[in-house]
Amino acid sequence: MTLRFRLNGRDVTVETSAGRRLLDLLREDLGLTGTKEGCGEGECGACTVLVDGKPRLACLTAAIQVEGKDVLTIEGIAAPGKLHPLQEAFLATAGVQCGFCTPGLIMAAYALLQENPHPTEDEVREYLAGNLCRCTGYAQVVEAVERAAERMR
Amino acid sequence: MRRLDIVRPRDLAEAVRLTTEGGQPLAGGTDLFVRLQKGVARPGFLVYVGELPELRLVRGTEEEVEIGAAVTHAAILAHPATARVPVLRLALQTIGSPALRHMGTLGGNLANASPAGDGLVPLYLLDARVNLAGPGGERSLPVAEFVRGPGKTALRPGELIRSITVPLPKDGAQAYFRKVGRRRALLIAVASLGALVWLEEGVIAEARLALGSVAPTVIRPREVERALVGRPLTVEALAELRDALSSAVQPISDLRASADYRRRVAGNLLLDLASQLAHFPSCGQGG
Repeated sequence: MTLRFRLNGRDVTVETSAGRRLLDLLREDLGLTGTKEGCGEGECGACTVLVDGKPRLACLTAAIQVEGKDVLTIEGIAAPGKLHPLQEAFLATAGVQCGFCTPGLIMAAYALLQENPHPTEDEVREYLAGNLCRCTGYAQVVEAVERAAERMR
Repeated sequence: MRRLDIVRPRDLAEAVRLTTEGGQPLAGGTDLFVRLQKGVARPGFLVYVGELPELRLVRGTEEEVEIGAAVTHAAILAHPATARVPVLRLALQTIGSPALRHMGTLGGNLANASPAGDGLVPLYLLDARVNLAGPGGERSLPVAEFVRGPGKTALRPGELIRSITVPLPKDGAQAYFRKVGRRRALLIAVASLGALVWLEEGVIAEARLALGSVAPTVIRPREVERALVGRPLTVEALAELRDALSSAVQPISDLRASADYRRRVAGNLLLDLASQLAHFPSCGQGG
């Protein structure tokens, strides 16, 4: 099918099959390798992207499900050469270690801060509960989101 | 995942036609894509019904709320009409994670007919009806007749779920939902209990219970529901029914828990219900 959608603020037209995973479309066909594949079955959150402003898992999304939609990936949250306040905060608090879960965590946190710019620590933990991180123990991650929330107010 | 053909129908009638031709309805895909990847499901092709306007309506009246089959859990939670069925919100809030709640649908929960389906427990409590559209027209079934067993439904060839009608419980209900498992998010329950309890002068006037993950389908333990009537809502009074609830369930042993453990958890959830509702009766007011 000829798939048209918005990707990180630009209109994209791509020839693909309707059942191609959004994750493969992004990584292999469009070269956006920031979105990671962890488990591939919706358990780990590493492939979290935003579709029409809402978090979705790219491993369980078919190409046809984003037709005409607005998709935002980790590559699209800041201007070229710049970092988003969430990215800066993850660096500042050492919320990144191996980094594999980080794009998914940042996209989930991005969705949280759009819904709720003043989350409590419990609300941050609750919202990020679908994103597994095996390095940090989450304390630095939660701190990063709270720090970014303050800076973005 | 093998290369898979997905078609997007223009309207419900076309969706029914494509389903009749052997297509399998796809809404959120949170369960179906996993089963396709594992080779458990092998449909000829998929019919993407997730954006059909007919399946995306939520409508509230004085007596009931009708929820389109393809409305996501997050949209159900956010819709003002579901504020009058707190037990539905309590259960849906525990599903998956924020991303999965923005993808998964109540229609999908029903079609999967998992005994562990968190969204099904409140539907059993509220005596919801499942509205189907098929080549022979529309029909409507109580949820307990729609679900026939693990992964088995009353859907006939060509039929798909159009919506779910949830009758509003009568005023004054206290709502409870809890699922037990190894972690909170992304959890498939070892056992879950949902309840609606009406009190009159400190004693239980009516109680409805529904349990998940402890039988081939979600179940309503009617004898225990009747035995609750007339008792005060205290841990001591409900403890006498713990064994009755444990024997009302028919759990299996699987990789998540043994049957014995599930029986014990089911019984203990009754005590948790008593202590939660006795201490925080206002958190679930209104049913």
